[in-house]
Amino acid sequence: MTASTIGAERIGATTAPAKAGTTKGAAKQPGSGAIWKIGTAVIVAYALFPVLWILSLSLKPAADVGDGKLIPTNPSLGNYRDIFTSGEFVRPLINSIGISLITTAIAVVIAAFAAYAIARLDFPGKALLLSGALAIAMFPPVSIIGPLFNIWRATGLYDTWPGLILPYMTFALPLAIWTLAAFFREIPWDLEQAAQVDGATPYQAFRKVILPLALPGVFTSAIIVFIFCWNDFLFAISLTSTEAARTVPAATAFFTASSNFINPTGQIAAAAIVVTVPIIIMVLVFQRRIVAGLTAGAVKG
Amino acid sequence: MAAITMRGITKRYADGTEAVKSVDLDIADGEFVILVGPSGCGKSTLLRMIVGLEDISDGEMRIGDDIVNDRAPKDRDLAMVFQNYALYPHLSVRENMAFPLRLQKVPEAEIMKRVEEAAAVLELTENLDRKPANLSGGQRQRVAMGRAIVRDPKAFLFDEPLSNLDANLRVQMRTEIARIQKKYGTTTVYVTHDQTEAMTLADRVAVLRKGVVQQVDSPRNLYNSPANLFVAGFIGSPSMNLVPGLLTGTSLQLPFGTLELPSDVAQRLGNAQAGERQVIVGIRPEHFEDASMVSDDVKGQGMLFQNRIENIEWLGSELYAYLPYTGGDAIGRQLDQLAGDLDMEQSSGDESQLVARLDAASRVREGEDAEIWLDSRKIHLFDPETGEALARPPVA
Ligand SMILES: Nc1ncnc2c1ncn2[C@@H]1O[C@H](COP(=O)(O)OP(=O)(O)OP(=O)(O)O)[C@@H](O)[C@H]1O
Ligand SMILES: [Mg+2]
Repeated sequence: MTASTIGAERIGATTAPAKAGTTKGAAKQPGSGAIWKIGTAVIVAYALFPVLWILSLSLKPAADVGDGKLIPTNPSLGNYRDIFTSGEFVRPLINSIGISLITTAIAVVIAAFAAYAIARLDFPGKALLLSGALAIAMFPPVSIIGPLFNIWRATGLYDTWPGLILPYMTFALPLAIWTLAAFFREIPWDLEQAAQVDGATPYQAFRKVILPLALPGVFTSAIIVFIFCWNDFLFAISLTSTEAARTVPAATAFFTASSNFINPTGQIAAAAIVVTVPIIIMVLVFQRRIVAGLTAGAVKG
Repeated sequence: MAAITMRGITKRYADGTEAVKSVDLDIADGEFVILVGPSGCGKSTLLRMIVGLEDISDGEMRIGDDIVNDRAPKDRDLAMVFQNYALYPHLSVRENMAFPLRLQKVPEAEIMKRVEEAAAVLELTENLDRKPANLSGGQRQRVAMGRAIVRDPKAFLFDEPLSNLDANLRVQMRTEIARIQKKYGTTTVYVTHDQTEAMTLADRVAVLRKGVVQQVDSPRNLYNSPANLFVAGFIGSPSMNLVPGLLTGTSLQLPFGTLELPSDVAQRLGNAQAGERQVIVGIRPEHFEDASMVSDDVKGQGMLFQNRIENIEWLGSELYAYLPYTGGDAIGRQLDQLAGDLDMEQSSGDESQLVARLDAASRVREGEDAEIWLDSRKIHLFDPETGEALARPPVA
């Protein structure tokens, strides 16, 4: 939605001065403007339609699920009530939140130290460390899932929180290190010296000057890491077997309906909406920051 | 407020670079001293050693009566204005200026009073609640100065504070700095490579070359009586003409004529003048004149010569003429080295050029010969080997 309005505004802005310009330009601009608008509308519809469809499904009672209508005839919140009362969803939601938060916290703290060193110090092997981290982040998870499954079975990590937190860290850490290092490089470290001349101890200089400047970066990489963990399906489905550690994306695949003979489509849709909405809100609210963070580091490699 | 005393101050960086070599400098209480020199001569390093951001490899640094070699910056009670201002981007102008006071745990009411006062002096009152990012370059500069003056420190240190400003603003802020330093009377050390700043602001100027102090003197004395070739070439714009000369008795042979040394110069040269001797002669552009503009009684005090005028720059109030001459490369080595240090253009081949500042009313024309007068009383002589000034004119 936001994307289409922004697009429309931008087109308006570019066509307005053009109309005042040469006749040739004026004749050409409105046409391409219309194409732009149609194109934007098509792409937005294409991208949002599945989401709309799921929203619609989540609002349909079980009997209407197969009716093929976008607008539910008998909209109800029954599916939402069901998933929050059945326990099939609540426990995975707790797992999702817990595992994502813990991973984020650990990854960001460790990455902050690493990124600090990378941004400020010259040490042998710095380039190697950075490219190594990147290489790991680029590793296709599918290729390690098999061995991991066996190791986890053998070590007892299978179907536990640490069993998911560990592999998430493998991918979250490089992501966080790259984003944070990019942010830390931007911090004007001279300010630390200015603060010391102004009478600060090194610790005060860090706390009163550097920390406030570093926080937005830390915050951004935390969001990026959190979203990564929250969205994971592959590890979650492969390395868990019960509700002890199963996260929402995996759990929805195992949903059973209240009655054995009814398809749980409605509940799955409701669960999908419940886990998507926080992410959408987060992304919309922190849009600018996340884009800055991604373009600053994570996506560079 | 306090005096700053340096004895044998030396800085060796980890890679072995000696950026500052045994500097002795006495800066009196309330004095405005400027460090100038070409890029990389160690000005910033010296300043950072005073403030404590660089360790002192050797020597003794005193502020007031205390040896501060091993003191952390925060215990030296100095205020520094950085080239990039180093304002805290997350704090408002008010909080930027209050920052040092908060660290000193000054009572809140007192902080606000001092910040308001400083803001009034710096005409920042209306901007107190804005963030540095929303200020113009000149305003940021003022905030940086505000942060320094609220503290009433023992000394102000400036590292090229105006170099990020455009030309107009630079002149304006220069006056501002002069005004504020006068108002507070605080000892000030100021680094610049802009000699106009140095000449207009300083009580005394220290000229550095490759980490060595060449001369410390008032701007006037530096200009009128440079201690060596480097200072002579560095101070003054356009810079001093340096030409080879052959000294025989009291007559000095230049590539474009021969002049008789004035008796006081000859006297000061004393027994240094034995037989024939190579010298480098320094002549400031303003000590040439269009001969037709010089009254007859003064003419006798100088030398007349004919020279072609290659080029003329007429600036309204003054006129620069460029006079080509041959034989300027006779003293190559010292001058080449100097030219390298000063980033001056080197004369190519045989042909060299004099720059002469003539009366704006002069009728000399490009491409024609003209009769030029040179004031022999104002010439400077330098030893071609050491570059030291010979028979320095007495201080005015
Ligand atoms: N950290 C460092 N390690 C090694 N050498 C350094 C270091 N910092 C500066 N130098 C060297 O010390 C010399 C003096 O540097 P400094 O920054 O004091 O010059 P400056 O006079 O301030 O020049 P500018 O006018 O360009 O600012 C230079 O040759 C520089 O290369
Ligand atoms: Mg410098």
